[in-house]
Amino acid sequence: MSDCLVEIDDLTIGYFTQRGKLVHVLQGVNLQIKPGETLGIVGESGCGKSTLGQAMMGYLRSGSQVLGGSVHFAEQDMFSLTGRQLESIRGRQIALIPQNAGDALTPTMRVGKQIIEAIELNANLSGEAAKERMIELFGQVRLPHPEVMAGRYPHELSGGQQQRVVVAMALAAEPEMLVLDEPTTGLDVTTQAHILNLLRDIVTEMGTAMMYISHDLGVIARVSDRVALMYAGEIIEDTVVVEMFKSPAHPYARGLLESIPRLTLAGIPNSMPGQPPIPGTLPGCSFAPRCPFVSDICTSEPPEFSTIPGTPHLVRCYNWKDVLETDFSQELQGVFHTIKHVPQDEPAIELSEVEISYYRPRFTDRFNSDSEPPATVSDITLSVQRGETLALVGESGSGKTTIVRTIAGLLPAKDGVISFEGFDLTVEVDHRPMELCKDIQLIFQNPDASLNPRHTVAEIIDQPLKLYFPKMTRDERRACQVELLERVRLDGRYRLRYPGQMSGGEKQRVAIARAFAADPEVVLCDEVTSALDVSVQAAVLDLLADLQRERNTTYIFIAHDLAVVKAIADRVAVLYQGRLCEVGTVDEIYSPPFHPYTETLLGAILVPDPDYEPELLASDTPELAPPAKGCSFQRRCPYCLGDVCDQETPPWQSPAAAKGHQIRCHIPVDELDRLTRDRNMDHVNGSQAVDVSPQVVVRSGSGLDIPQTGSGVR
Amino acid sequence: MIVLVGRRLVLAIITLIIISLIVFLGIEALPGDTATAYLGQSATPESLAALREEFGLNAPIHQRYFNWLKGVVQGDLGTSMVKRKPVADLIGNRFRNTVVLAFAAAFVGIPLAIVLGVIAGLMRDKWPDVFVSTTSIVGMTLPGFVTATILIYVFAIRLEWFPAITLVPSNVPVVELLPTIVLPIITLTLIMVAHILRLVRTNMIDVLTSDYVQMARLKGVPYWQIVFKHALPNAMLPTINVVALTLAWLLGGVAIIETVFNYPGIGKLMIGAITDRDFALVQGIAIILAVIYIALNLIADILSMVLNPKLRSARGH
Amino acid sequence: MTVTSPSVEQTTTVKRRSPLAETWENLRRSWAGMLGLGLIILHILIATTSPYWVPQDPFEMNAEIRTLPPSAEHPFGTDKLGRDVFSRSMLGGRVTIVVTLIAIIIAIIWGGLLGIVLGLLNGRADEIIMRVVDALLSIPWLLLLLLIISVMGTEMWVQALTFGFTYGILTVRVARAATLDYVTSEFVLAARARGERKRTIVLRELMPNVRDVLLVDGSMNWSWMLLGFTSLSFLGFGVVPPTPDWGFMIAKNREILAVQPWAVFGPVIMLSTLIIGINLFSDAFAKALGLDRSQGAPV
Repeated sequence: MSDCLVEIDDLTIGYFTQRGKLVHVLQGVNLQIKPGETLGIVGESGCGKSTLGQAMMGYLRSGSQVLGGSVHFAEQDMFSLTGRQLESIRGRQIALIPQNAGDALTPTMRVGKQIIEAIELNANLSGEAAKERMIELFGQVRLPHPEVMAGRYPHELSGGQQQRVVVAMALAAEPEMLVLDEPTTGLDVTTQAHILNLLRDIVTEMGTAMMYISHDLGVIARVSDRVALMYAGEIIEDTVVVEMFKSPAHPYARGLLESIPRLTLAGIPNSMPGQPPIPGTLPGCSFAPRCPFVSDICTSEPPEFSTIPGTPHLVRCYNWKDVLETDFSQELQGVFHTIKHVPQDEPAIELSEVEISYYRPRFTDRFNSDSEPPATVSDITLSVQRGETLALVGESGSGKTTIVRTIAGLLPAKDGVISFEGFDLTVEVDHRPMELCKDIQLIFQNPDASLNPRHTVAEIIDQPLKLYFPKMTRDERRACQVELLERVRLDGRYRLRYPGQMSGGEKQRVAIARAFAADPEVVLCDEVTSALDVSVQAAVLDLLADLQRERNTTYIFIAHDLAVVKAIADRVAVLYQGRLCEVGTVDEIYSPPFHPYTETLLGAILVPDPDYEPELLASDTPELAPPAKGCSFQRRCPYCLGDVCDQETPPWQSPAAAKGHQIRCHIPVDELDRLTRDRNMDHVNGSQAVDVSPQVVVRSGSGLDIPQTGSGVR
Repeated sequence: MIVLVGRRLVLAIITLIIISLIVFLGIEALPGDTATAYLGQSATPESLAALREEFGLNAPIHQRYFNWLKGVVQGDLGTSMVKRKPVADLIGNRFRNTVVLAFAAAFVGIPLAIVLGVIAGLMRDKWPDVFVSTTSIVGMTLPGFVTATILIYVFAIRLEWFPAITLVPSNVPVVELLPTIVLPIITLTLIMVAHILRLVRTNMIDVLTSDYVQMARLKGVPYWQIVFKHALPNAMLPTINVVALTLAWLLGGVAIIETVFNYPGIGKLMIGAITDRDFALVQGIAIILAVIYIALNLIADILSMVLNPKLRSARGH
Repeated sequence: MTVTSPSVEQTTTVKRRSPLAETWENLRRSWAGMLGLGLIILHILIATTSPYWVPQDPFEMNAEIRTLPPSAEHPFGTDKLGRDVFSRSMLGGRVTIVVTLIAIIIAIIWGGLLGIVLGLLNGRADEIIMRVVDALLSIPWLLLLLLIISVMGTEMWVQALTFGFTYGILTVRVARAATLDYVTSEFVLAARARGERKRTIVLRELMPNVRDVLLVDGSMNWSWMLLGFTSLSFLGFGVVPPTPDWGFMIAKNREILAVQPWAVFGPVIMLSTLIIGINLFSDAFAKALGLDRSQGAPV
């Protein structure tokens, strides 16, 4: 089709390993993008989406080669252009916005110079004209103070600012197309919302086409017109965004969408068993081993694309008709389950006015009375009941990891009391009695880092057993290892494996087994699902909930994904810049009245629903440090009252109906309730969005009607 | 940034003081009575006592240390007991000669090493890289004296292009020294180039595979502009330290080269001093060399700070 | 707080290999590394067995066959005193290799221990000791070595101790840096959080990782040590004659370089092949372990 800006035709890319084996990364990829259209490329890790993005620019990682097919951009074959031709297209007609902006900017060059470089090369301007264009771009990406900012070096900017600089560089020549590779990974929720809004505005204004690559379904739902889902190097479903999220036709798409925790549905979803294969290694469909709809032909012949009649919906499956038999949204309801566990009424851990600081005075600071900065974490008073799951929520700088590490004893508390069963937890771990160490266990975010690569699984789990139960014999320990592994749903044979031989989800389960080997009272979970693939997270959450039910464990759970928090937490504490903003049960936190920061946070979340638009309630100016006095949120709060917020610490208040729900604000609770009640939080509480109302679906031979949602097709 | 420079300076001075302590105490601790060595045959109890009085050898050790230190700072390096002359006189022009040699070698070697290293990094695994890398292994693996000897054999004995050893005394004007130092310079250069080149090459390769160079490529920046504006400035940053370290090492190893070529430099003097157990001379030479080493490191640190924007902010961001 | 992107979920085919076997596999694949290893082993073999099979008596002086060019009986010719250069070259590495090997072990142990301790302490004491280390390193290495040797004597064990001590200082730095690196890694943090005693953490968590760094550093250090030792021998501060020694041979035979260069080339070839072997092996070893070869400057 000649009206397409991008045509990718049967693209196959692979590389040869050191031993000479051929490994496929992309297999037979077919895609088109029209001018001005945004195509979202979704997939989990290893599906090849990054390689696709690079191939779009005619770029291959060293060692990879094009084994077949082509990439056409504006009717030019990207892989048969000369170096010079590529140089002239890149940046000018098609520009890349990379994943990690900080790494993508040259550290020794000032930011302004790098933008001007892009301008001079691609927009053919120089001197004064180039400078003017730069200031114009600064305005477009909403970076303030161009004169100051341009003179800075990349490491002097925050993550969000760096990302905007990279966007400005990309827009320098008003390209026809942008390729974005996970540009908001690593950014805070609120920053992410701002950047995405910016992108949407630019795209509408300039008519730019976009290829947006991400693993985050909420992000894809927000920015895309069309979505292509990738699995094991192939595109397996390709359709308009509404259909992808409301009635997916491929079993993997269904499974994926069903395995994400959602704000609107209570409980933990079912996860998909198994893992993706290495592309090209299976004779039939790559998803067949894990597919609930699998039939004989699936394992022998790889399926081609089928078009669902009357629609632009393409799906690579033999059995899509069976898949569409069940209505997706109804199926979704059934997929969520709750593991009932009632916490007890006695406190397990209590924190009272805890203050933690990283500041270590240097010798010379004795002469400088003014130099002590505000504490990293201050005035934390919380109580966690036995058997309860308390979630700590907040963005970067909120202090949640600091608090958890202090409870674990890795950091000393500067002031305040932390107690557990009569023990003082402000003492560092080196000085704690062994029974206390046993009862409080910590699980880290990244299992790659928290498991010693030189120890086998058996040794890893053996450690806590030897430490806490010195009377156990070796045979008893071995039996215990096997039991623990089975408890975390890993086969006993995993005992002899090394971390390098396991997947992320498996490693994290080993970390959980290690923590529970101690038979602890309290388990501190620091973002334990964040580094895992979306479809695996649910399994880990499930496991944790199960273990809690069985052993009445108390959890303090850190997560930045508010849907995950809703799935697993009983109570939530919201933190900003190391200070508490709001504490309450899950229901109380997720419904009004809100603390202004909670409102901002909830407003900025993205959900896998293309009809929903986040609201940006506060700017995303970065905070360098907590304020010396007053409310921690004062600098960004949309309802800031001025002096009182600046000078005085806000008091704790509770709404009359819910004494356990506490909000720390100068504005009276009723007033807050009034201000925030009108906010549209349907995406959080799901009043109308996902309804059980019957969907009209015609299932005759002619095809399928697109189900209508309440708010219309986007 | 001034604060950081100041801090480095203070650290450098502290290190120097520690070195002076080590040098002084270390040598004092060696067996052998200097007074007896000085007087030799004519040592009588009275003359020994008188001598000790004259040279302040009876003073407690910390006083002697301070006296010596005071002298050093003022330029008086003490007196050699063995040669019966002030140390400074004995060192005389030799220090200058060594500096000429080292400086000339650095002048040739460092730019050469950087250029070759950059080329090797740019043309990774292609023939220029293979050639340069393999030859640099030679410079790295052979001890200085071996390289020197081979060079002497080839260029002095077989080809007769250069003299094998230096026959001029130490106090000739620099100009006369120059023709004799070609082979020593080549030797030193080979060693320096070998070490620096490998690191420059590694840095270059790291930088060329970095995310920001990839980004520049995808921005449409032409190859040579990437090399000079994006890659080189970043590759050079760690090189500064290596250069400083190599130069400093050179100070230590130059003695051997000087011995092979019979060059009248401070290194050769040092070896002689040790053989003769002339401790005052050894102390003087050691402290001079140490000062130079510290100074080089300080310059390297400051240069790094100037060129690397990340090191300039005291607390970072 | 950065959220890392998800790790690859695909399970690699399960290879039942321990890290040790893995390392050996990687090493085997590098021809340079295997060549280096071969050279090292060859030299050690020669050093241990040469007295039994050399063609001539390395000590026998024969005024009639002085300064002869290479021939069938004397593949490297003879030196100024009529001794067979080839035989002497074969034996010339014995003292060198023995002393340096012992010294390296001393260096790794003492430098490694001190470095790890400093890395763990990381406080006031650490800063002070590091200043002293820096100071020691700024004294010209040659001077340091010469001084100690000239005072302590040239017996083998003294030399081994001296070299072990001085080169161990370099190891202190490397070990300390590696320890600091690993101490902040999460699995060490996890061990700390469990309440593991410091000793367990060092032995079980740190050591296996730091050990690799020390091994690579040790092999590199060995080549620096060889350079230093032979330089000292060259200057006459090393092996006591008439024991054959490469450095000393090169020094003495320089006098006849013009007429009988092989008297010098013999030991040169022996020395060079050993050092090249060590360098090739170290490089490949570091790569096989997945480490960057330490970028320390030579001493």
